[in-house]
Amino acid sequence: MRETVEKKVLNENDRLAAELRQRYRDQNILCVNFISSPGSGKTALLERTLASFAKGRPVAILTGDLQTDNDARRLAKFGFPVRQIVTGGTCHLDARMVDRHLNELGFHGPGLLLVENVGNLVCPSSYDLGEAAKIVLLSVTEGEDKPLKYPGIFHRSSLMILTKIDLLPHVDFNPELAFENARKIHPDMEYIALSSRTGEGFDKWLRWLDALQQKIQQPAAAINS
Amino acid sequence: MHEIGIASSILECVAAEAQRHPGSRVLGVGVRIGALSNVDKDALDFAFEALTRQTDLENLKLEIEWRPWRQKCLSCSEEYDVENMDVTCPKCGASHSTCIGGTELDIAYLELEEQPCAKL
Repeated sequence: MRETVEKKVLNENDRLAAELRQRYRDQNILCVNFISSPGSGKTALLERTLASFAKGRPVAILTGDLQTDNDARRLAKFGFPVRQIVTGGTCHLDARMVDRHLNELGFHGPGLLLVENVGNLVCPSSYDLGEAAKIVLLSVTEGEDKPLKYPGIFHRSSLMILTKIDLLPHVDFNPELAFENARKIHPDMEYIALSSRTGEGFDKWLRWLDALQQKIQQPAAAINS
Repeated sequence: MHEIGIASSILECVAAEAQRHPGSRVLGVGVRIGALSNVDKDALDFAFEALTRQTDLENLKLEIEWRPWRQKCLSCSEEYDVENMDVTCPKCGASHSTCIGGTELDIAYLELEEQPCAKL
């Protein structure tokens, strides 16, 4: 006897993510979820991003790793509240982890919540964290065909950031080919190339982030005024 | 890589659904997996078997229905399977399309043992 169920396998995570999304809306928080392979430069991108922010800007950071609080210590230097999520072997962040650590952090918005996922291009793409945008990083020391090898995450990301472009003279990496591959998977995806080391391309990235924050927060601001 | 977590979520869902059918033994569970779901069929089979071995659910059968990545063209409305990782519309060549399938990670059904007395 066949009994129809029709439920998402990750329905519990989806339910919690929907709660987080509602909370971000109510508290006027822009949440973005950074995803990449290990070593593509997520933490370095966040370091330079935080360094560029005015002191006192309402920003909070959650950073995930299998082990160590190294990233949280690196990011705490900039004076914004940071919380390390040690997953203890789990290869992605899920909505429950974000919910718990966000509560411990005591960040209530309005403002910006930066979530650095565990370094992995596969599993993090399946777990909704309630974010407004997923941002996928690809460094020039990787292959241009990564978007074709990991279509799931490139399909779901709003923005692709090509990192470490200061190394381009030393590697055989063709940025145009990488972007072309990404566009095959996701024609509308935006694209920014930058170096967290030299700061090249950073203006464009910060403008992109500010524009998204304005877009997310404008409706609520308009209602309040 | 996260198939153990996925298998574990499937089993949690089976347990919750089974409670709605007290007295019926669950023989199998049908799941639908899309090409963009990042779930590997063999790894999921392996994880499912590992998690059910020597438990009450040892003989629970996992039936996987694989779904292709499908897009719908925003220019000519053609619906097509994406092949070779290229979303370009095969009919009109437009690059603007929207995803209509392939992200599935769903529990479709449970296979329950027939209850002879239920027919009365």
